[in-house]
Amino acid sequence: MDVTAKNNFPGQIHETPGGGIMLSKLDDVINWARSNSLWPLTFATSCCGIEMMSVASAKYDFSRFGFEVARATPRQADVIIIAGTIVNKMAPVLRRLYDQMADPKYVIAMGACAISGGPFFYNTYSVVKGADHVVPVDVYIPGCPPRPEALLHALITLQEKIKSGLTREQIKETSYLNP
Amino acid sequence: MTNEELKIKFTELLPTASFEEGGEWVNVFISPQELKSFVLQIKKNEDLLFDYLFCLTCVDWKTHFNVVYHFSSTTYRHNFVLKVKIDRANPEIETVSDLWRTAEMLEREVYDLFGVKFLHHPDLRRLIMPDNWEGWPLRKDYEDVINMIKL
Repeated sequence: MDVTAKNNFPGQIHETPGGGIMLSKLDDVINWARSNSLWPLTFATSCCGIEMMSVASAKYDFSRFGFEVARATPRQADVIIIAGTIVNKMAPVLRRLYDQMADPKYVIAMGACAISGGPFFYNTYSVVKGADHVVPVDVYIPGCPPRPEALLHALITLQEKIKSGLTREQIKETSYLNP
Repeated sequence: MTNEELKIKFTELLPTASFEEGGEWVNVFISPQELKSFVLQIKKNEDLLFDYLFCLTCVDWKTHFNVVYHFSSTTYRHNFVLKVKIDRANPEIETVSDLWRTAEMLEREVYDLFGVKFLHHPDLRRLIMPDNWEGWPLRKDYEDVINMIKL
């Protein structure tokens, strides 16, 4: 993957004597800006949260990619990293947090529990079998818990997804998914 | 007190008590009828002073329940485990929440998950599960046809 090319400003520069003209699309510029300043919600329900804290702290440091402003309120957050098991009693809380986030909002399902209910806890009365039963998920990372590098990869993947163009809401509105 | 001294003391207080070896702490087995007088003695006895109940739980052995109490003394720093075997079909046992207030919550939790009725408990309601929940989820024969597959 040519990372440098994808991280370049989306547009073309036409050199002219004494300067240049830059051409771009406003949508691309907005997505480019958006993807480089995603504010995560501090939300963790179990051991994946410890790994997420590791990614936030000095050794892995997700602030290098624009995720450093962790918010304690959903109203100021752009991305929610579901780090841990979601139980039936937590599901309405998660839904409410998601609903309180301002658009555009993104969801990362971190670890086996958030993807499918988990490697240990799926066969119980209390566990939601995957956070995507509660909120729509953009990026899934497998692992129990995923390595910090895997979470970084997921965060960068989310940025790629945002830069590639449409938000989930825009995809929903456009006709090619619902012809 | 060492574990050996505790065993001698318990035998003095309650000759019918039986013991189990192997763990870090002494395991004492008593019958549910003896519970109330025994726990009163271990709390008030000058040599024991078990003033701290740090864990109360239940184990489903399919044939019976064991209600398990972990006691500690903040004066002498000794610990022991009390196990009371109760009937599985009609699980009832006296509360200890009048002696250790913390048991109010712990007994509610055991009631919530195992359906053990603690007699004379001041407020025996479900603690974690929703109030309208049916069944006792931590029993070995618990079935949930929607969320669980039989293994």
